[in-house]
Amino acid sequence: MPGFDFSNYNRNAALHARGVPLPKATSTGTTIVGCIFDGGVVIAADTRATSGPIVADKNCEKLHYISPQIWCAGAGTAADTEFTTALISSQLELHSLSTGRKPRVVTCMTLLKQHLFRYQGHIGAYLVVAGVDPTGTHLFTVHAHGSTDKLPYVTMGSGSLAAMSVFETQWKPDCTQEDAMKLCSEAIQAGIFNDLGSGSNVDVAVITADKTTLHRGYVKPNERSQKLKNYKFKRGTTAVLNEKIITKDEIGKYVSVQEMPVAEVEKMDVDS
Amino acid sequence: MAMFSQNPVLNGPNYSFAEVPRDRVDGLREHRFNPYTDNGGSTLAITGADFAIVAGDTRLTSGYSINTRYAPKVFKIGGTNSNQSDATLLLSVVGYAADGEALKERLDAVCKMYRYRHNKPMSVNACAKRLSTILYQKRFFPYYVHAILAGLDEEGKGAVYSYDPVGSYEREQCRAAGAAASLIMPFLDNQVNFKNQYQPGSGEGHALAEREKAPLPREEVEILVKDAFDSAVERHIEVGDGLQMMIITSSGIEEKLLPLKKD
Amino acid sequence: MDHRPQQWGRPRDDVYGAYDASYMQNNGPNQHTQQPIVTGTSVVAIKFKDGVVIAADNLASYGSLARFTNVKRLRTFAGTSVVGFGGDVSDMQYLDRHLNELAIDEAYTSEAGHTLNGRNLHKYLSKLLYHRRSKFDPLWNHLLVAGLDEDDKPFLAAADLLGTTFTSPSLATGFGSVLAQPIMRRYAPDEESAAKLTKEEAVDIIKECMKVLFYRDARSMDEYSIAVVTKEGVELKENEKLEKQSWAFADRIKGYGTQTV
Repeated sequence: MPGFDFSNYNRNAALHARGVPLPKATSTGTTIVGCIFDGGVVIAADTRATSGPIVADKNCEKLHYISPQIWCAGAGTAADTEFTTALISSQLELHSLSTGRKPRVVTCMTLLKQHLFRYQGHIGAYLVVAGVDPTGTHLFTVHAHGSTDKLPYVTMGSGSLAAMSVFETQWKPDCTQEDAMKLCSEAIQAGIFNDLGSGSNVDVAVITADKTTLHRGYVKPNERSQKLKNYKFKRGTTAVLNEKIITKDEIGKYVSVQEMPVAEVEKMDVDS
Repeated sequence: MAMFSQNPVLNGPNYSFAEVPRDRVDGLREHRFNPYTDNGGSTLAITGADFAIVAGDTRLTSGYSINTRYAPKVFKIGGTNSNQSDATLLLSVVGYAADGEALKERLDAVCKMYRYRHNKPMSVNACAKRLSTILYQKRFFPYYVHAILAGLDEEGKGAVYSYDPVGSYEREQCRAAGAAASLIMPFLDNQVNFKNQYQPGSGEGHALAEREKAPLPREEVEILVKDAFDSAVERHIEVGDGLQMMIITSSGIEEKLLPLKKD
Repeated sequence: MDHRPQQWGRPRDDVYGAYDASYMQNNGPNQHTQQPIVTGTSVVAIKFKDGVVIAADNLASYGSLARFTNVKRLRTFAGTSVVGFGGDVSDMQYLDRHLNELAIDEAYTSEAGHTLNGRNLHKYLSKLLYHRRSKFDPLWNHLLVAGLDEDDKPFLAAADLLGTTFTSPSLATGFGSVLAQPIMRRYAPDEESAAKLTKEEAVDIIKECMKVLFYRDARSMDEYSIAVVTKEGVELKENEKLEKQSWAFADRIKGYGTQTV
């Protein structure tokens, strides 16, 4: 059966009534914005994901791909923004294939709002939908309950008011791409520095009639400072109570082994 | 001790309560004005052979907003004048800022009265006991703070006393309190008290000798404090903006202010 | 966060779960204030070179009703300080009466020329608020005190119904703390930059904030009071009107979704 699995619902409701807390989802207490310019649209987001007061991810991606010329910025429950955008992206791709036309932003917005309305706000996705299609440039917001709005500049998430203060003081009609990028990046930074739910870097996506450019880490105003001390331990500092060595050719007894080519691995962010 | 009590009122707001059941079995929920709030932030204190360092970040929050980027949490206590230039004790308070302020002023008045009556500053252990009784006096309407008191004891050694909100206290080598306490304390256990560190090659299995404890020099402690807060800032949203560090030695109290990340 | 005064002093929803307002329909006598009734919204203020600029609009709301449109929420104290009140209006008027009495008492009993400065006034008010919260009978206000300290330097501080106090180069209460504070922090991120601002710059920043608050705060209005506090005294204007509003974005809007006409 397609869709969500509700088989544990009654059990969980019973547990919950007896005082067992429900698991807490990672939320992207976020600042996301969008702004239309002459010839396209810019959307931007911060990169902090939180779980309560703890930073769950310092550099997450909140700009989601829908189609080459349609992108979404997502706030709310991280899993919901990711799965909802992926689902609609896939539906839109199939729709575009069967009609033989480029996907439209209104189609995407309508699919999103109908999907979210159906779930009465239980899918906690708050989205900024932006894109350019044969009918022109579009910018929408979609709330978790299914309401939408259309404006030349929009903000969402916990830092939406901080970001909106930038738009309300600096936005002018007929701005250029550079103006819009600067405005969006400053709006996100207002969120980063004034809203605790937002932080780290600014991601920007610029969508025009001919291409989409994703600027991951467009501004990085919060680089991690170097530790003053080296915390490397001498080998043997950790107590070993018990040691058992399994050689490489013996390991086949425990797991199935397959040789893999050694690929270049991205280095982990650690202190020297 | 009571610092890890199972009573939620003592442990501070716990974010996992967010999904607590809406309707209780008896269908009753008490509602009234909530006289408490949490203003975030974190503090820590470390002792050395002849000094003690107390530090705290300077961010004051409510919800997801920053009230101010500079609100000190570490105070000089028991000086004879308003600028506390001859103070001999340090108090840090974190939790509910208004209670923190009230507690600080109360303890300061007590120390000042002591000094006026006895013509000598209050010793750190005397003040520690007094602070405990002040907190316990409000056992059923507690000061919603984690306090840390620091000074030099009668032998001139660094002394740190840490408290739970209702007055249970203990003298310790080091203590972290506040929002990021659970992030900082394990680091301090490992780097100050050398917990889980053993001498390489000193034996096999349980015979392995623990790394010997030795008081750290002041420069080293200052580095640990800065690194601890830099890390806490990375992972806790309520910690940041500025680091206030107070160092008490036999020659007086020195204050340092360092920048922290502001996001 | 919900920044409306009705929400102040309540357990946080994200910590304690949704608030059950059913207890408010109480038929018996109510001894203590448990919710604000007629409320004022944001107060904003910023320090500059020689003083402080503070502003608040002239609206008193009754829930979502714009009930009184000419309520002055900035009150001068002894001609040297200004207190800006957000939150319950009746508690504001109680405090105002109390402060007038205090100013007169001080003027009679103190040495000539000496009065409570901004810092003293803020300390007094915050102690009063903390005392009342400790009696479980809070004064439902969030207030800003603008004045000068003992060295005649600009002084600006906040106090709320819980007795929490803080100071900063710029401050705002209620909705202003999320909408206006980011604007003011851009101009005055720290004390040093605030000390470089001129009076005219500071006034312009405050006016800009009032405008944005009117755009986005549904409990605000376009008439406001603004005061400049310096060594020379208090310059209070109580019937200012917002200027140069821009609704340029509006002509582009057609519907909220798929509508094109």
